[in-house]
Amino acid sequence: MYHKEKSIQTKNSASALYNNLSVLRIAPRSLTYFTVVHANTVSIVSASWDGLNYSHRQLQSKEPNVATSTSLIMQAAWCVLPSRDLLVLTSQKGIQMYESDGSIMVYWHALDTPETPTAQAVFARGIASVRENYICVGVSSGGILVFDIPSKGGNITLSEVLEEHKESVTDMASECSGSQECIADMVSADDAGTLCVWKSGEEFQLLNKITGFDMSCSSVKLWKGTVVAGYGTGQIRLYEAVTGILHAEVNAHARWIYSLDIAPFSGLLLSAAEDSFVRVWHLSLTPESNCVEISHMYNECVTDTQICGAKFCDGDGYAFAVTGYDLNEIIRYTQT
Amino acid sequence: MSSRTLPLLFINLGGEMLYILDQRLRAQNIPPDKAKKVMNDIITTMFNKKFLEELFKPQELYSKKALRTVFDRLAHASIMRLNQASMDKLYDLMTMAFKYQVLLCPRPKDLLLVSFNHMDAIKDFVKEAPTILSQVDETYRQLIEIYTPLSSGEFQLIRQTLLIFFQDMHIRVSIFLKDKVQNSNGRFVLPTTGPVPHGTQVPSLMRMFSCNGEEVSRLQFPTGGNYSSALRQGSLEMFGDRVIKLGTNMYSVSRPVETHMSGTSKNSAQNTKVNTTPNPLAKEELNMLARLMGGLEVQKPGNTDNGFRVNLFATDEEEEEALMSRPEEMSYGVLNIQATKDQQSDAALAKIMGDFSEQGDTAPGASSKGDDLLAMMDMM
Repeated sequence: MYHKEKSIQTKNSASALYNNLSVLRIAPRSLTYFTVVHANTVSIVSASWDGLNYSHRQLQSKEPNVATSTSLIMQAAWCVLPSRDLLVLTSQKGIQMYESDGSIMVYWHALDTPETPTAQAVFARGIASVRENYICVGVSSGGILVFDIPSKGGNITLSEVLEEHKESVTDMASECSGSQECIADMVSADDAGTLCVWKSGEEFQLLNKITGFDMSCSSVKLWKGTVVAGYGTGQIRLYEAVTGILHAEVNAHARWIYSLDIAPFSGLLLSAAEDSFVRVWHLSLTPESNCVEISHMYNECVTDTQICGAKFCDGDGYAFAVTGYDLNEIIRYTQT
Repeated sequence: MSSRTLPLLFINLGGEMLYILDQRLRAQNIPPDKAKKVMNDIITTMFNKKFLEELFKPQELYSKKALRTVFDRLAHASIMRLNQASMDKLYDLMTMAFKYQVLLCPRPKDLLLVSFNHMDAIKDFVKEAPTILSQVDETYRQLIEIYTPLSSGEFQLIRQTLLIFFQDMHIRVSIFLKDKVQNSNGRFVLPTTGPVPHGTQVPSLMRMFSCNGEEVSRLQFPTGGNYSSALRQGSLEMFGDRVIKLGTNMYSVSRPVETHMSGTSKNSAQNTKVNTTPNPLAKEELNMLARLMGGLEVQKPGNTDNGFRVNLFATDEEEEEALMSRPEEMSYGVLNIQATKDQQSDAALAKIMGDFSEQGDTAPGASSKGDDLLAMMDMM
């Protein structure tokens, strides 16, 4: 179903962090941006669609007003809002927002870090852009910071802090189908496997809380009102977001899942894990029962690689990209 | 990242160091009383109460350079001396062994079982020295108290922190190459067969449910792997079968006549040494180490060092580069296979040295913490 394309070399290898690959497609310029975290740096590669031009940029986690050493970065992700695209970095010290090409830092939010390290680690992790003007970022205390993003400029404000998770936030996602009919806008996940389903607005509203099984939910997606969650047990579960009804449970991987992605137009689901497998699934809704079904489409084994990031490169799932721990490349696969 | 990482890093690297030193002391026919003294002195230093207090405080990881300095010091805590090249080799073996264990441990929490495998072996080393034994037991208690309540997510964060620490280290180790668990490019082999981690189901089952929770269908998908059910969970208490073998002594095969070591009648009780077939390359590795060690001279501290330099606090980059980039000296008189390998690992080391200088520039906090611990080791 897919075949391997030429890899993209990165300046630094990928660290073993959840969802450690972000892809931004810039159709007008026939470019795709890729970003991968390596310890305290972020590698950004811009690749032209003809495969002829690659340009590289490195971002350091040099936070303003932080006297101490650079901190480790937990995640880097592009946030696509109708008015603008931003690159968001989360680290042990705070949250940085850049223009999408990484050229200018437009906003910096410092986390409350103690003088001496405490047993509870401090970091931000989990990034999602929601509706027209929100970017939400999770933190290790379980809070979710909601930022209000103006259509341009750096006048970004922290509009709300959502305190529902008891454990460190792992990942967050907004409804990706673009459907306006779905009530739920965002889902957030934590280290206990708890999922919170949110309706966005001036005040975010908790629609539902789906309790976990004391196992981390490392990656989560929201598609046509269905929560797709990947866990440390290697399982994928599909829940109806608003009711919390479990529709499907798949023993998908032999090790921790590190990344999920959905191609919203085709309903393809990508899952990737430490077991070196990337799998492609197909999600479909049965209108009569309003149930979601999942079927298996494809396996790819990236030999001897603990995969830490996997993303579709387009909305149809025509191509996907993968990277793994200690790997200095982004491997691309395209449908045959 | 996780502020609970350092104790596990230290104990497991220390454990690997002791396995190698124990083997070397035997292979070089060091008189048993002196060998015993070396092992006891190092273990006493490792598990010193004040040192452990400092170690178990929540903190970020030291820089690679600082931690290396700690182990340089630890290795010289007794009457034994190692020259720089030997120490390099020792440290390479220790770090690659633990990197392998971190990468391969089935679930993040199994890092604790890996640590207990090292602790069990250390306990066995000092089983006839009650005072040291009580220090070791105290460390078990602290490990259990701090780590057993941690969630799966916290263990994953510890594991991810360790993996960042070991990132881009691809030194080839002949025992791993021989066992086919490491590829010639230095990357470890990840099996897609065998038991899944405890708490994980063998992949392939897909279950669909109706709105009222009834299972409506069950399907299988082809996994591309060949997995079997999880093994039982290993003991997370002071005693018991740890089940997983990662962290046990992989060098044990090359000490076939260990029972005649004075006083240490090796009983088989809870000996979970891996591999029962002799592995000649494990010995080669250690012979190599022996040669590199030049003279594993047993000296009382204070005696004149015969052409033998201990420069633990050296931060002079040039000096270290000079030390690290001398393949001729490192590969003198060794097997061909080793010589090739060393040229490779030198490139890797040179790369790591690059990391060192970067780390040194950017993490003053970390190295000053390193000094605290070193200062404490000085006092001992």
